Amino acid sequence: MSARAVTAGAPKDRAPAARVGRLEPAALAGVMSRDVSIFGRYWKATTFSSIVQPTIYLLAFGLGFGSLLPHVAGMKYVQYVATGVVAVAVLFSSAFPGMFNTFVRWQFQRTYDAILAAPVDVEELITAEMLWISVRAGVYGLAPLLVGLAFGLEPAAGMLLVPLIGFVAGFGFAGFGVTIAAVAKTIDNFNYVTSAVLTPMFLVGGSFFPISTLPPVIRALAQINPLYHCVQLVRDASLNALGVADLGHAAVLIAFAVLMWRLAIWRLGKRLID
Amino acid sequence: MAISLKGVVKRYGPVTAVDGLDLDVPKGVCFGLLGPNGAGKSTTMRMLTAQTLADEGQLEVLGYELPRASKQARLEMGVVPQLDNLDVELTCRQILTVFARLYRVSRGERSAAVQRALEIANLVPRADTIVRELSGGMRRRLLVARGLIHRPRLVLLDEPTVGLDPQVRQELWSLIDNLRAEGVTLLMSTHYIEEAERLADTVAVMSHGRIVAEGPPAELVRAHAGEQVIEVYGSPDRLAEVSELATSRGWSSRRSGPVVAIMRAESLDGEAPEGVRRPANLEDAFVALTGEQIE
Repeated sequence: MSARAVTAGAPKDRAPAARVGRLEPAALAGVMSRDVSIFGRYWKATTFSSIVQPTIYLLAFGLGFGSLLPHVAGMKYVQYVATGVVAVAVLFSSAFPGMFNTFVRWQFQRTYDAILAAPVDVEELITAEMLWISVRAGVYGLAPLLVGLAFGLEPAAGMLLVPLIGFVAGFGFAGFGVTIAAVAKTIDNFNYVTSAVLTPMFLVGGSFFPISTLPPVIRALAQINPLYHCVQLVRDASLNALGVADLGHAAVLIAFAVLMWRLAIWRLGKRLID
Repeated sequence: MAISLKGVVKRYGPVTAVDGLDLDVPKGVCFGLLGPNGAGKSTTMRMLTAQTLADEGQLEVLGYELPRASKQARLEMGVVPQLDNLDVELTCRQILTVFARLYRVSRGERSAAVQRALEIANLVPRADTIVRELSGGMRRRLLVARGLIHRPRLVLLDEPTVGLDPQVRQELWSLIDNLRAEGVTLLMSTHYIEEAERLADTVAVMSHGRIVAEGPPAELVRAHAGEQVIEVYGSPDRLAEVSELATSRGWSSRRSGPVVAIMRAESLDGEAPEGVRRPANLEDAFVALTGEQIE
């Protein structure tokens, strides 16, 4: 992220106070400061649902299924589900804002038009929005673990890595959401993505049951499901069981994040600048 | 020159929105871009912030070549959009603070800049009100203040008073007048004749994506509509008759509702039909130039 200076002749009557470049921290911070101000209005609702949702999952799956199958893949079911739900929380708290916030701010509120008339480039705008979404996803990804602790999950040092994992995965899912918003014709189109992409993604991501019991075709598909890699990484970190395989999971998540970042900028950029 | 456009073309599929536009806006003037809806004014405005990219031609804003150095140009200019794109969930102060950051107003000067903008917009008592709860006029003033937060030396105003009631329009006009008095260069697009006549030092009449005439409003009127206009009222038959007469004599005339107006009445030498004489105005010149009616 280098600040490549724009080389233009200075106007003759006065020297400009500042020179602007590419991906400037000041522009990113400016766009994110707007998100922070808006977050100040709805953080209570967000926090409430981020605690209540995993609680319901843990009650329904952990206590319901847990009484039938006390151990899954060699761990207590509550451990299994609590760590799996982290990834689900990250997915939902990044893909949905990526889709809906982008679409609403761009098409309905026209906020992006206002920002792009200021010295902010498309690349900075989208990067800042994705950064904000993924920081939030990383932090709120901790909520299921906190709930899990109340349900008997044991604290582990590796849990401190969870916000970082959530951040990287959330960055990718946010970029995916922004890309979908850029290609969607109407906001109703999101239903296709939610039902045909996100729901299967989280069901065969290894959150609620191991994919090792699934047919080989689906197991193969799971390997390209970023959520699966997020689940594995979170689970291994939270249970202090990180190993060599996790380097692979991390690599997949980073590659996914970078790919989605560039894809989001390319697709939405084409729509924002005509 | 604050703005210089040469041979600018913008096409959307089969539609050519801007068709070989040449435009020079000198520093320190209020320049009015006058034209009916669809003349290409908004497209031109968007090209000046590089939110629309030209297919052909050269664009320069504040000495910076667009789109290559558009970010530097945007840093030094302010934009007041036609459509309200305020963040409805934020307060006036929050919006202005965000834009102070986007325009790189330094941390130490930020709160003073926000206060100054609130004063310009006359919104000090509403500083902490959420935008959703503001009236239409207040929102428009906030839009203007947002574009002035960094004391730009060039301000683009796209249809600044469209859809506002007369009182709010007057308020904005005096705000724009004050900016010009401070030496800020203004480029204002409008389809209100009166707005252009009252505020602009120079008016460029835009039609079908190009400039068809340019000059101080009074000169445009003299050159294209003369000193006086005769307005003839009457039955549809009588009006048709008068129109025909005007056409056969080569007089410049226009029909609007129950009136036929004949330009350059001072040079008709008693051949003119009976009617009401009035001074020619910019609307007459506009219609004579573009053959188009406006509001």
